[in-house]
Amino acid sequence: MTHIDTTIASLREKHMHAIEQIISFRDETTLLVSAGALLHICRDLRYDPALGYSVLADLAAVDYHPQRPRFAVAYLLHALKHNARLRLRVLLPGREPRLPSVTGLWPAAEWPEREAFDLMGIEFTGHPDLRRILMPADWEGHPLRKDYALGYEEVQFSFNWREIDLRKDYAQE
Amino acid sequence: MNQVREFEGTVDELKTLFGDRAAGGETMVLNLGPQHPSTHGVLRLMLELDGEEVVRCRPDIGFLHTGIEKNMEAKTFLKALVMTDRMDYLNNLGNNLTYCLAVEKLCGIDVPERAQVIRVLCAELQRISSHLVWLGTSAMDLNASSILIYCFRDRERLLDIFELIGGQRMMTSYVRPGGVWRDLPEEFVPAVEAFLEYLPGKLADYERLLTRNPLFLRRTVDVGIIAADEALARGMTGASLRGSGVNFDVRRAAPYCGYEHYDFDVPLEDGCDVYARYRVRMREFHQSMRIISQALARLQPGAVMTDDRRFAPPPRSALGRSMEALIHHFKYWTEGFTAPQGEVYQPTESPRGELGCYLVGDGGAQPARVHFRTPSFHNLQSLAHMSEGHLVADLVAIIGSIDIVLGDVDR
Repeated sequence: MTHIDTTIASLREKHMHAIEQIISFRDETTLLVSAGALLHICRDLRYDPALGYSVLADLAAVDYHPQRPRFAVAYLLHALKHNARLRLRVLLPGREPRLPSVTGLWPAAEWPEREAFDLMGIEFTGHPDLRRILMPADWEGHPLRKDYALGYEEVQFSFNWREIDLRKDYAQE
Repeated sequence: MNQVREFEGTVDELKTLFGDRAAGGETMVLNLGPQHPSTHGVLRLMLELDGEEVVRCRPDIGFLHTGIEKNMEAKTFLKALVMTDRMDYLNNLGNNLTYCLAVEKLCGIDVPERAQVIRVLCAELQRISSHLVWLGTSAMDLNASSILIYCFRDRERLLDIFELIGGQRMMTSYVRPGGVWRDLPEEFVPAVEAFLEYLPGKLADYERLLTRNPLFLRRTVDVGIIAADEALARGMTGASLRGSGVNFDVRRAAPYCGYEHYDFDVPLEDGCDVYARYRVRMREFHQSMRIISQALARLQPGAVMTDDRRFAPPPRSALGRSMEALIHHFKYWTEGFTAPQGEVYQPTESPRGELGCYLVGDGGAQPARVHFRTPSFHNLQSLAHMSEGHLVADLVAIIGSIDIVLGDVDR
């Protein structure tokens, strides 16, 4: 029995209804959990000595626009002693996506949560210092959302240089 | 209007930094960077100082944010590769490798043996090249300026080797999904062998200059201490974590590219300070050289790209003879290949720590989401913890010891 199996059995016992789905893909295990139970599950994974997920390797948000539910947040946990990696996945609605912060369990989550807030607009309640991290403080919108246009620079040639120049933000006339 | 908002943002930032002591003028708030030679790039540190002692340190990052993840979502899996070169500019081949491994895991591509060995060679040469830059710049921060020049001289030889294999010194894009771009030129093996003979003597010189130098010891021993538990909880990885005595190396824990077949040690130190991290990296040079010489011995003739035509271009020679090959060539480079629905995470050991690629496929030819778990981003989080209570000059030594690359932090 691998450590992942032990983990799933232990979580099933305590959080029967919170685990919505178990996905196995390319030798990786993902647990789809409900947003309400996230913090409880994380606390068990972190502090239960038999489980020992002491490291939060990564936290990433995904936008599935226009699908519903729109957002997903993936927590990649790592049990160093057992050399096991487990991914938790939470689905969030498009309107006011909100999750409890896990910075109390893994201080490593502080910057990744700020990044998810900055680039994807997901709010983490209980985060000690939730503000933009990569974009400037006065930036509007969340660039990694699918409905946020990528933007590009129009290519200027000698025959249309002025015409395109006038369309730019800094055009004076 | 714009200016007002910017001002508000700044005040918000400063509120969290300013304690009562700072507001009352008892302590001083100093802005270090974003353009300061000892911050290793565009890193801004807001420091609350009591005399010369750091009371609080608040890093401000994002000055080098170029939206690499967003850009990659708009490209095919193949074209997105070139963006990875530009992330951590001291580990270009390693970034290529991480992304390619993730794509291969998502699509289920097998990579031929020779390509695996070439990838290991690339990753380890890149590790030496990156460590040389770290050694030069971090020693330079402690006023050992000749080391910088020596290290860049040695690194130049490696960049020549990278130019040999990829046609470019830095932005190589040499590792491709399914293998590598092309086979090694015949000058490659002699060049690497010559480098392996050249480097140990030079490293011994640098060790003589630093390892027992009393000035260097005074600047590094017991500076920037972080205990193993603290380092793990704050997401530290790589040589910085091994300097705190935690035996974690992705090449050992989750081998990729056949690392399980190579014989190498994971250097560990338990000083938890700047000096321990220095010792770990100096020993890693020798381990990388060990791996490289084993890889050269393992290098057997063979294909360097998968023969699964869904993911590899047709051979150039077929284009003149076969209509289907020509169509395939055209489709491959314009439309690209599709990946199944699903998500994978591929960790690798970059010179700085665990570099991971979280890749989500939606069945199309473009990644639905690419996220890079970059070691510099996570290691930099611990800077505040390590530097509080130290002098400003020590802060500079600590930044050097966690070996950050701002391109890797900001992406």
